Order: sequence, then structure tokens, then C-alpha cells
Amino acid sequence: MSDLSNNKPETGAFFQRDRAWHAPALTPGYKTSVLRSPQKALLSLDGTISEITGPVFGHSLLGELDNDLIHNFSKPGESAIGERIIVHGRVLDERGRPVPGALLEFWQANAGGRYRHKKESYLAALDPNFGGCGRTITAEDGSYRFRTIRPGAYPWPNGVNDWRPAHIHFSIFGHGFAQRLITQMYFEGDPMIWKCPIVATIPDKSAIEQLIASLDWANTIPMDARAYKFDIILRGRRSTLFENRMEGN
Amino acid sequence: MVQDLGYLKESPSQTAGPYVHIGCTPNFAGITGVYDTDLGTTMVNDRTLGERITVRGRVIDGAGVPLKDALVEIWQADAAGLYNSPSELRGTADPNFTGWGRCPTGAEDGVFTFETIKPGRAPYKDGSRMAPHITIWIVARGINIGLHTRMYFGDEAEANAEDPLLARIEHRHRVTTLVAPRDGSVYTFDIHLQGEKETVFLDI
Repeated sequence: MSDLSNNKPETGAFFQRDRAWHAPALTPGYKTSVLRSPQKALLSLDGTISEITGPVFGHSLLGELDNDLIHNFSKPGESAIGERIIVHGRVLDERGRPVPGALLEFWQANAGGRYRHKKESYLAALDPNFGGCGRTITAEDGSYRFRTIRPGAYPWPNGVNDWRPAHIHFSIFGHGFAQRLITQMYFEGDPMIWKCPIVATIPDKSAIEQLIASLDWANTIPMDARAYKFDIILRGRRSTLFENRMEGN
Repeated sequence: MVQDLGYLKESPSQTAGPYVHIGCTPNFAGITGVYDTDLGTTMVNDRTLGERITVRGRVIDGAGVPLKDALVEIWQADAAGLYNSPSELRGTADPNFTGWGRCPTGAEDGVFTFETIKPGRAPYKDGSRMAPHITIWIVARGINIGLHTRMYFGDEAEANAEDPLLARIEHRHRVTTLVAPRDGSVYTFDIHLQGEKETVFLDI
């Protein structure tokens, strides 16, 4: 492998998280945050080896249908009900570099806005052919893709008449545990995004827009499925070229 | 004008919501047949080196109630203090230890449990040694961005006394929020999201 390979393990500490860009812990408009938000200041510390490192998941982990939510829970020969879509994009870091080998896990409501969960009380019907979870691992160029149905919007108990816009939850592992992230993807053109108290926990409009996937006409498959493009950015890491070397290492 | 640094912004976090178990531990959530097992359920096998321990605890809200919809992940070094990660350049970690575990707090009592080993000591940047610890990450409905913290070991008073992270905690009585007492092979680590006993959370 040449020295120019970008596959060499990186050991730099991660860029400090921009806490003003993310939602604060306490957001009273999202009521559940009131009793679940730390009230004391976080202890800020440059990353150590405990956060710079992180678990790795091999592609061998994946089953054939893990990235196909239309079929990974359905009966043989059947498929989930709803608008067929492909979600794809790249996982990059803040320096714009691809993050290969990143495990992405996603979960969502069915086309009617109903989750398959014992605590779910929405009256919309379950789809017997839709489980609602999937996963994939990014390729060398940081790219990923999966197939699903567009989830429905649904009401939730917060205000009297609060609704979640259609969304897909993402859990992402980068290369270091400090990059661990959970977020949600929204859909271009959905007017409900701007009415949602959970979306509104993010203070900056351009930060919210970073979570809205674009309708990707070029990648839409004719007579089959529309495509949405959703790039995910993880914390960047410093170059280690001029970092002090640890004693004895 | 100066050159644009060209950096991108991190994707903003959003809450894991009430159904994080569907996505991260579907078998636990009752969605079977999609994955063989839930990831992070098993950290050790028969050949794993080190002292077997159990880490058990709850995530408790400001009203004193344990969360039943949280997801807790842990990441730790092996018995020799090495991480099972490509970014670990000091040596090769125990191949029989993953170092990573994941547990939903979905049971009636809201307890999370990890069967793991006691980690060795890893170096701080200045070459001093950190006390043995486990890195912990908590997400749940109502938590807008995942919370990082660490668990230290109650029977490691000497190592804890020289740990560089614990030394940074200004209000010394709060150090105990990161130290789990030991009873036999079980360490109990309750995480308090707010209030008098609020756990020290990290921006790291």
C-alpha cells in the first residue's frame, strides 16, 4: 500500500463539537427534554485514545436484504406498501473526506405513519410486510444506499396537535467513538418540517436544512423508485503530523 | 478577504426518539427475522483475557424515574489497556474482546447490563496513565444530542486519584458520580440526567 493511501489509520483528536450548531439539551417546546436535559456545564476535554478509537463493523455483518426495507420483513413474494424510494448519499467528515466502513442503521414508520412497536398507540394500520429497520456500511468512497418506502407523517403527544414530518432516523458510527451520532432525515418540500417542535430544537435554519434530503431526479429509477440524496457529515479530525508523541509509544 | 477554510459542518444531532430500539436492537423490540442477533449484545467469549465483571445501572431522569426507552453503548480497552480499533497503534488488542457493547433500557426496571471484563489502563496524551474506565454514550427520547460520560471503578482509588480527567472536575463532590461501587463482580453505575446527583457529562 502506498504512502498516499487514505486507508492509513488516523489517530488525531476530533474537531471540537460546535455546540451552538446542535440543539441545546433543554428545549421546552419539546417537552420530554425538560426532565432529561443535563443542567450543569459539560466537562470539555480534548479527545483521548478512549474517544479517538472506536469499534469497526465488517461488511460480512450484512445480510442480503439489510438495506432493503421493502423486503427485509415481508413475506416471500410480497412487499411493503408505500411510495418506493431509494435513499443514498455519502458519509464525509468535516474536512470533506469520505468515511469508509461507517455502519449506518436506520428506522422509520410505515407509509401510514405507524411504527411497529408495543408502545406505539397511533390508530393508523400496521403493514404486515414492513418491519421498519435496516442497515448498511459505507463503501471506500463513503457512499451508501438503501431502498425503502417513504414514511408517513404522524401525530405525537407533545402539544395538542403536534405532528412529526415524514422522517427516517439514522444512527452512524464513524471511525472514533467521539463521532457517534444519531440524527433524522427529512424530505425536500415537506411543509411540516417547519411546524415540528423536534426539528425546532435546532437553532440554526441552515443546520436544519442540512437534514433535508434532496429529490435526486438523476438517480430516480424510471417506472420504479424515486431517489433522495442525503449526505451525512461527521466530526473531522486533526492531522497528527505535528502532534506530540506520547511517551513510550 | 481570505481563503475559505472549506470545512463542512457536522450534521446536527436529533433525538433518537421513542423507537430507537426498532433501529438499533430490533430483536429486543420484537422485530425478529431481520437480523440474526442485535449488535453489541456479546462483548466476550470463552477465550477473552481479563477479569469478568458485570456493569449494571439505570438512566434516571430529573423526577427520579428510570428511563425505559434509552439506549446505552459502552466502549472500553481490553485487559491490557488496548482498544480493538484500527486507530490503536500501540499494539494488537485481544481479538476475543470487541470492546463495544450496546444495551436497551427497556425492561420494566429500566436496568442496563453489560457482561464484560475490567479494562487495563490506557495512556493520556502527556504520557501519564488514565485510570481504568469505560466510555459511555446515552441516547433516548428527550435527549437532543447523545450524552458522553465515563465510568470509573470504585476499587481503583489509587488510579482514580491520579486520573487526568477526574482531576479536571472542579467540584470535587461530583467525582463520585463517575465512580461505580463494586459488590462482588458487579459494578453499579446509575446515570442521573439532572438534579443534585447529576452525572458529569463530557464534551470530548
